[in-house]
Amino acid sequence: MTQEFEFTEELTELRTMVREFCAEVSPQSVVRETMTTESGFDPALWRRLATELGVLGLAVPQSFGGEGAGLVYQAVVVEELGAALVCGPVVGTVCLAMPALTALADDTIRADYLPALVNGDRIATLAAPTAGGRFSADHVAVSATRGENGWTLSGHLAQVPDATSADLLLVAAGTETGVALFAVDGDAEGVARTSLSTLDLTRRQADVTLDGAPARLLAGEDECAAACERALLVASALLATEQVGGGQRMLDETVAHVRDRLQFGQPVGAFQAVKHRCADMLVALEQARSAAYHAVWALEDGTDDPRLAVSLAQAVASESYRWISTSAIQLHGGLGFTWEGSPHLYFKRATTDALILGSAAEHIDHVAERTVDLAPTGS
Amino acid sequence: MTTTAPSAVPDIGAIEETARGVVAAHPPRAVPVTELMGAWYDAGLTWVHFPKGLGGLEAPRSLQPVVNRIMREAGGPEPRTVNTIGYGIVAGTIRRYAGPEFAARLLRPLATGEEKWCQLFSEPGAGSDLAGLATRAVRDGDDWIIDGQKVWTSLAHLSRWAVLLARTDPDAPKHKGLTYFIVDMTTPGIEVRPLRQLTGRAQFNEVFLDGVRIPDPQRFGGIGEGWIVANSTLGDERTSLGDRVPARGSGAIADAIQLWHAHPDRHTPVLREKLTRLWIRAETHRLTSDRTRVAAATQATAGPGSAITKLVGSELTQHIYEFCVDLLGPTGTLIDTYSPDAPDDESGPTAIQRKYLRSRATTLEGGTSEIQRNVIGERVLKLPQELRADKGIPWREIPR
Ligand SMILES: Cc1cc2nc3c(=O)[nH]c(=O)nc-3n(C[C@H](O)[C@H](O)[C@H](O)COP(=O)(O)OP(=O)(O)OC[C@H]3O[C@@H](n4cnc5c(N)ncnc54)[C@H](O)[C@@H]3O)c2cc1C
Repeated sequence: MTQEFEFTEELTELRTMVREFCAEVSPQSVVRETMTTESGFDPALWRRLATELGVLGLAVPQSFGGEGAGLVYQAVVVEELGAALVCGPVVGTVCLAMPALTALADDTIRADYLPALVNGDRIATLAAPTAGGRFSADHVAVSATRGENGWTLSGHLAQVPDATSADLLLVAAGTETGVALFAVDGDAEGVARTSLSTLDLTRRQADVTLDGAPARLLAGEDECAAACERALLVASALLATEQVGGGQRMLDETVAHVRDRLQFGQPVGAFQAVKHRCADMLVALEQARSAAYHAVWALEDGTDDPRLAVSLAQAVASESYRWISTSAIQLHGGLGFTWEGSPHLYFKRATTDALILGSAAEHIDHVAERTVDLAPTGS
Repeated sequence: MTTTAPSAVPDIGAIEETARGVVAAHPPRAVPVTELMGAWYDAGLTWVHFPKGLGGLEAPRSLQPVVNRIMREAGGPEPRTVNTIGYGIVAGTIRRYAGPEFAARLLRPLATGEEKWCQLFSEPGAGSDLAGLATRAVRDGDDWIIDGQKVWTSLAHLSRWAVLLARTDPDAPKHKGLTYFIVDMTTPGIEVRPLRQLTGRAQFNEVFLDGVRIPDPQRFGGIGEGWIVANSTLGDERTSLGDRVPARGSGAIADAIQLWHAHPDRHTPVLREKLTRLWIRAETHRLTSDRTRVAAATQATAGPGSAITKLVGSELTQHIYEFCVDLLGPTGTLIDTYSPDAPDDESGPTAIQRKYLRSRATTLEGGTSEIQRNVIGERVLKLPQELRADKGIPWREIPR
């Protein structure tokens, strides 16, 4: 394991490989085409990421088909996929389901599910009750019943990421004794999925209604809470690196644009109002990068309270990405408001990223509870 | 120019042991600072990457934070505070430009703080546009004669030495006609007049130079190359800031947190959110400084750059003390004294108000925030330069 913020040559090579792959296989023209299809992603491309590049299970242990390279590696990949707006179940499968399954103790369960996710054969997502981006058993909306033929689940799950195409739904459901984690097949009887029309067309969600759907018990109460919590923390940290990736791409495109665009006989980037906004975009981006990777390292090596580090990352990265993308619209002028221009794609992604795992405001509140609200040590 | 190649792979353990030996033999809390820093210098720990005999060990610079921590933990001073300008910008320039004998003469008393340094750069007509400065240096045999005026010179009243930028060729474009000197502040013809700051104190000065004679060996770099020398110095200052990464929650934000807990009666949700946002900014700023340091030490990737940390740190400090004064409420309108003789440290019953006043300097000194944004835009993001009215024309013809 490397020291915090040490981006080794290996990590740089990984980044370059993913970036080049995305540029070739998923340029913006492909993203635009894919985002208007029914499923919103291309399973063939997903499988290539999984097998050809082998970058979906970098943090999954080798014994379950992954690389066991760790979260920093996975973060670099998510950052690059975010920069290119690659369509696919990054949030559901890579950010949420894989860490949840990895966190389970039962090797049989892990071996049953993880390899197929790592090699891109199957897609999964996690539906856990949350409040402010944190696991919250109080908000559970599905109940589990044990019958003669095993467990069945009933209830309604709103806005589950990547649920339309998921082969596997990991569902936290209420039992008589608490909230436990179950596996449900996406196309099982009693599962009804309604695709939602999303602001960010590259990121899909669905409402899921379970009506006596057959389920397999994966984890009892304590373990379920721990696994969901871990998954949400990992997902939030990875999402922060995606926000950094998208922000960097928007900054690069904006800088290129204002360098080229001539008005009043000079590049608009020579005007200080424009130049200083670009400078502030870079400043915001670099703060977000520090906070995001600090969270990733904190989850990896336990050098900081992961809840604090993750909320810090989400608070900073959410506001930075959204501000960078709105600045990009502004500095692109009319082109920024045009469908053919790229800023709106990032603006919509930034808006979505800032809301799906707790808003910046909620994470600021989490930070307050862990810092400002506590009496200083030593007094 | 002296370059130092590490002669052998340095042994971190040995260097740490040397540092521990020095603080054991000269307990920082018991001996005078000059003795401590002298021993530290003689052991090569002041600038570990400097040549042996000049306060260094020819070791990698990344080891500096390691030995500085040993000094700090033993109760020693933060080295920069001993001689701010000397450590921050002068030492590296001396090493590069002074020649070994002269460097040996200058560096030890600089390191111990016995000879303080100041920077005679800014002038009434040249602040942000430093390269436009007007102080003249004219050759006279083996000497140079200096005439002009400097302003806002921090610590000039306490300094034995100064670095000076002066114009040797008024007919060249502004950046090309400058030459870099060092000046003994006891030379006849130098008058230092204290200049009061908005804090009431006089930590900076006006400096008048009238027929001041400087021997040619005190010229650093070639004639007309002053701008290049000055910029190498600025680079040193930025890197030296990375020799220390403060602890989480320390510095200005600690004042705000402490104040918050001291005034529970004044808590409101709006102030709580403000404070939390400031805490978040302070922490991400700290992490970004650390990332810059790691990037510099491991060289695998380029770090975020010193202009960013300067800009963020300076604005953050101001916002933190604005918050503090808001939190104080009516008490925030009081100040204990505007006496020019008030103690140098921001202490006393209205320490917060003093720091609030002092913080207005952070976005001016060392390059204003506007200039930092220009630097980030033009040097980091490579955006086109603004049209410059004075570009390429002889300095003499620039309107002023
Ligand atoms: C506490 C303190 C200590 C100091 N210590 C020293 C010292 O020891 N030695 C020394 O040499 N100097 C010192 N200075 C001087 C300092 O470096 C200058 O004040 C600073 O560089 C700004 O120059 P100026 O004051 O002439 O302002 P100006 O350059 O006149 O600037 C006025 C305003 O115009 C803006 N501006 C100027 N040019 C541009 C531009 N191109 N684009 C956009 N905006 C622009 C500035 O940002 C500022 O807001 C010190 C200053 C302070 C406050």
